[in-house]
Amino acid sequence: MATRTARLTQAPPDGRVASVRGLVRSFGDRRVLSNVDLDIARGEFVALLGASGSGKSTLLRVLAGLDGEARGEIGVDDAVAVSFQEPRLVPWKRVLANVVLGLRGPDATDRARAALAEVGLAERVDAWPLTLSGGEAQRVSLARALVREPGLLLLDEPFGALDALTRISMHRLVLDLWDRHRPGILLVTHDVDEALLLADRVLVLESGRIAHESPVPLPRPRHRDHPDLVALRAVLLRRLGVTPEGTA
Amino acid sequence: MTSTELDLPVASRVAPVRWRLPGTGWQRLVSPLALLALWQLTGSLGLLPERLLAAPATVAATALDLVTSGTLPEAVLVSLGRVAAGFTVGAVAGVGFALVAGLSRLGEYAVDPPMQMLRALPLFGLIPLFILWFGIGETPKITLLALGVAFPLYLNTFAGVRGVDAKLGELGAVLRLGRGELVRHIVLPGALPQVLVGLRQSLGVGWLALIVAEQINADSGLGYMINTAREFLRTDVIVVGLLVYCALGLVTDSLVRVVERKALTWRRGLLG
Repeated sequence: MATRTARLTQAPPDGRVASVRGLVRSFGDRRVLSNVDLDIARGEFVALLGASGSGKSTLLRVLAGLDGEARGEIGVDDAVAVSFQEPRLVPWKRVLANVVLGLRGPDATDRARAALAEVGLAERVDAWPLTLSGGEAQRVSLARALVREPGLLLLDEPFGALDALTRISMHRLVLDLWDRHRPGILLVTHDVDEALLLADRVLVLESGRIAHESPVPLPRPRHRDHPDLVALRAVLLRRLGVTPEGTA
Repeated sequence: MTSTELDLPVASRVAPVRWRLPGTGWQRLVSPLALLALWQLTGSLGLLPERLLAAPATVAATALDLVTSGTLPEAVLVSLGRVAAGFTVGAVAGVGFALVAGLSRLGEYAVDPPMQMLRALPLFGLIPLFILWFGIGETPKITLLALGVAFPLYLNTFAGVRGVDAKLGELGAVLRLGRGELVRHIVLPGALPQVLVGLRQSLGVGWLALIVAEQINADSGLGYMINTAREFLRTDVIVVGLLVYCALGLVTDSLVRVVERKALTWRRGLLG
């Protein structure tokens, strides 16, 4: 834990919730991240794309403070929250207790209740996590992250395991929550459409570095058939090594 | 893969083979009751001499006598006292050492090797040493019980603590839980199911250790009652003693199961 505290003393420069320079992470001889530079502005929604094994989850873990072995200049906002792909709810704590966990202050329970109401789960506060559906569990996980009022919210493929319909409503929910709380978000995903529908800026991680960056200057809600998105999708898919014809 | 290959397991799932007769329940009582009747019959006819095994009716009458005379309740209280003392010492030691070993590497290196070595010793083979060390009073009996109880609890608690999902540990780090909070909210509740398995095992070993310990040289308790009965060829008293041991073991086991049900409600969702 010492490495995390040491890293957190280094706050990111003004106006940013994450600032990374020359980040290197190796596992044995294999360099997973080599020389990554990344900035996330306060309130900015950034999506990080990459093929599996490209190191995108490693990058997220570094920002989350879960990786003490990374080298480089790493500045991260004091308030970081994470929502993982598997919702990682503590199975022996009811929904409310899961959100309260680690929360300080006398009004912790009230804040947790409010956060659960915000994700539409006011009725489920007393439920056991194992009785929740995948979408519900993921919403609890979002509530647990947001209740900490993070400057930087890290989302690690949070919708990857959900069915298509649930995923659409989760996209709406995330945009809604982001609009209200304005955390900087780093969304790690392998879904190009998801990245284009949600983010201000889409990054592509390739062989351990940020190889491509596309701003998405379109108002939300976005439609996936918008000509600008179609063009961007083709560019990104090519960057990811997929021929666009196959997905048209 | 062809469709017939796919169909086979589905078909066998749809029509599982059931050996259960319709209207279950009383059918399972038939053979035990028949055996009981046979036992009584052979006793009454004199085919089974009472010095080998008393008949059920005699056993029942003796049990009533032993209860009303106060002999049995007194013996049970003495034995329960031994179990309580031995169990408390063993459980505190087993769980305590397991937490020390489970929660830190240093603790593991300090505690686990000697525990694994001691575990390999045959429990009841230690009796002669215990008699030399502690004499023939209560101390060797309670030590034997405590040792029998400690090891299953140690092994299961240690495994339970180490088996807690590492992902939940990461969650704790992300939520900035302190070490104490991590242990209280994540590690201990996560280890609890395994601890309860250990508790049931250690109670089983504990009762066994009691029975053996009470054979050593008891001047009170259930073992004393049984040993005295042997000298007077009172097989009826011996059978009563055995049945009481049996009942006490079942009672403590079902107590643990009640605790299990209460403490692990969160799993019910998983079991449906």
